[in-house]
Amino acid sequence: MSFLTRSQRETLTDVWLTGPATLALLIFIFLPIMIVTILSFSDYQFGARDLSWVGWENYITLFTSAIGQRAIVNTLIYVAIVIPFSVVFALLVAIGLHRMLDWAPALSRILRTVYFLPVAATLVAMAVAWQMLLHPNLGLVNKVLSTLGSAPQNWLSDRGLVLYTLAAIGIWQSVGYNMVLFLAGLSAIPEDIYEAAEVDGAGGAWARFWTVTWPMLGPTTLFVLVVTATNAFRVFETVATLTRGGPAFASETLVYALYREGFVYFKAGYASAITVIFFAILLTLTLAQMRLVERRVHYR
Amino acid sequence: MNAIPTLELGDVTRRFGEQTVLDSISLAIPPGSFTSLLGASGCGKSTTLRIMAGLDRPTAGAVRLEGQEVSALTAHERNIAMVFQSYALYPHLTVAQNIALPLTMKSLSAFGRLPLLGTLIPGTAAARKEIQTKVSAAAEMLGLSHLLDRKPGTLSGGQKQRVALGRALVRDPVLFLLDEPLSNLDARLRVQMRAELVALHRRTGKPFVYVTHDQAEAMAMSDQVIVMIKGSIAQAGTPRELYERPTSLAVAEFVGTHAINLITPQQGAGEILSSAARAILGVRPEHVVPAPHGSFIAKLRSVEYLGSEIVLTLCTEQGVELKSIAPGTFEPPLQGDSVRLSFDPTCTHLFHPETGARIGAPECRS
Repeated sequence: MSFLTRSQRETLTDVWLTGPATLALLIFIFLPIMIVTILSFSDYQFGARDLSWVGWENYITLFTSAIGQRAIVNTLIYVAIVIPFSVVFALLVAIGLHRMLDWAPALSRILRTVYFLPVAATLVAMAVAWQMLLHPNLGLVNKVLSTLGSAPQNWLSDRGLVLYTLAAIGIWQSVGYNMVLFLAGLSAIPEDIYEAAEVDGAGGAWARFWTVTWPMLGPTTLFVLVVTATNAFRVFETVATLTRGGPAFASETLVYALYREGFVYFKAGYASAITVIFFAILLTLTLAQMRLVERRVHYR
Repeated sequence: MNAIPTLELGDVTRRFGEQTVLDSISLAIPPGSFTSLLGASGCGKSTTLRIMAGLDRPTAGAVRLEGQEVSALTAHERNIAMVFQSYALYPHLTVAQNIALPLTMKSLSAFGRLPLLGTLIPGTAAARKEIQTKVSAAAEMLGLSHLLDRKPGTLSGGQKQRVALGRALVRDPVLFLLDEPLSNLDARLRVQMRAELVALHRRTGKPFVYVTHDQAEAMAMSDQVIVMIKGSIAQAGTPRELYERPTSLAVAEFVGTHAINLITPQQGAGEILSSAARAILGVRPEHVVPAPHGSFIAKLRSVEYLGSEIVLTLCTEQGVELKSIAPGTFEPPLQGDSVRLSFDPTCTHLFHPETGARIGAPECRS
């Protein structure tokens, strides 16, 4: 290869290293997005021999039909509940387990595993377990409630309740992952900053948290927010296995609607439009979080 | 000195489980003094400092601040300032906020510290103004005025060090504790900061306790050096006392820019100095000089030319390696040649061969 200059050889190496990943990204991410975007302006159905262009009709249907609006609003409510609760619970659990490391390290590690189990377990299998727990007559949740004197609830078939039940499961499922991230963030805080805070008079639990812990967790919190938001928007497994979007579309969400329109009714055009909207929401959200928060967490 | 010491440790012992880190330490920090805790890493000097600060508690013994027992008080209640080796600045706060933090914690309530709501609490504005005045004064003293709005992440090591000092200065503490504050700086900056620290000490008039493993730093800055070895105080005294009358072999080895020459009786210490027949003879390289009529002979092994002085490595007839410092103008002979050496018998130290304790020897008056 002596006929190549040094810089040309280095360029070749760069292509070798980055090429495969770039190619895979192009083929499996960018190309499908382009195809889906094009399809979203058609009435294409899976298996059909031809298609006709319908302009913005799919989008108009999504935003004006009752079911389409339902899916969008439900998803937003779900996300708005899961993000704050999941992040705050995860932070509390992480701080608790981190402190427990000092006086009961073994117990702390066991509990960490317990909290992480829902992340490692298959969500579909876990959904079946939840179905049993939440069963109106036989479920443990209602049994406990009635012994405490409260009225039993139809957790998964009450139209006013079902979305919140799913959100609670969503929180349960994501706390473990966020907790692990926060634990890593906590253990990276140097001990002498806490000691400096103690010398400076910020030694109380409340002052310690606001002077050291919370600011030092800034980058972790940003990452946790982005990951939690993305996962919450993608809520699907619990809906598909527990409610199928019901009763009466009370737990309809964007990804479930996309699945039903595309893979049950084979309306590829409409499903593509949902996908594009879903993609746009996620992209905007992530960019906004990065732009707004990033500058404030890296302390430059 | 009859004044009450600013800080006093009485028989302080600290154990971590089975391990005894400090073994019955007693020391006193006189008002206005500059004291160094000098020792190799792991000798317990940092633990001693943390016990003084209140970040760690002694297993047994007393900590008295201006005569009062303070073992039970927290670090903040003792009003002691501490500068950490890693600076331990708050990365999310500006330089001004970092320096102001001890004051805001003290003079503003939890609500008063809130960014917007805080201004509604009566008295907050006045307190904030006072804090600002003190912060600017401290920043001025340390040459930080132009950096007040920067975040620590954008500062150099030396600047971070000054911010850490500013945070200590601003609260007007009774005692400053410094834990190897210069060890993360490069050599040139370290010498510069050394002088600045001494100047700062003089300006505040408050006692400084300075932890270091660098004997040159301790000797240059302090009026009291406490040498710690394996959790005990080996010797406490002025730098001159430490250099001229080390109470043990270990202290003699630790102190001094060039390592002291040690000759055991088996290696012929008695032939070089008759009084050393049954003791380890210690003589510092700077007190062994080439002289035409010197009392003993050694072969020259190697020469290090340092400009102002020349370090000669020699070998005596018994095969003992010796170092000698000659003036920079000295013309060394060829390697392998014999050199006549002389030394001032009053500048020698005798140590017990088994215990390492000092045996009465004439005091060096060079």
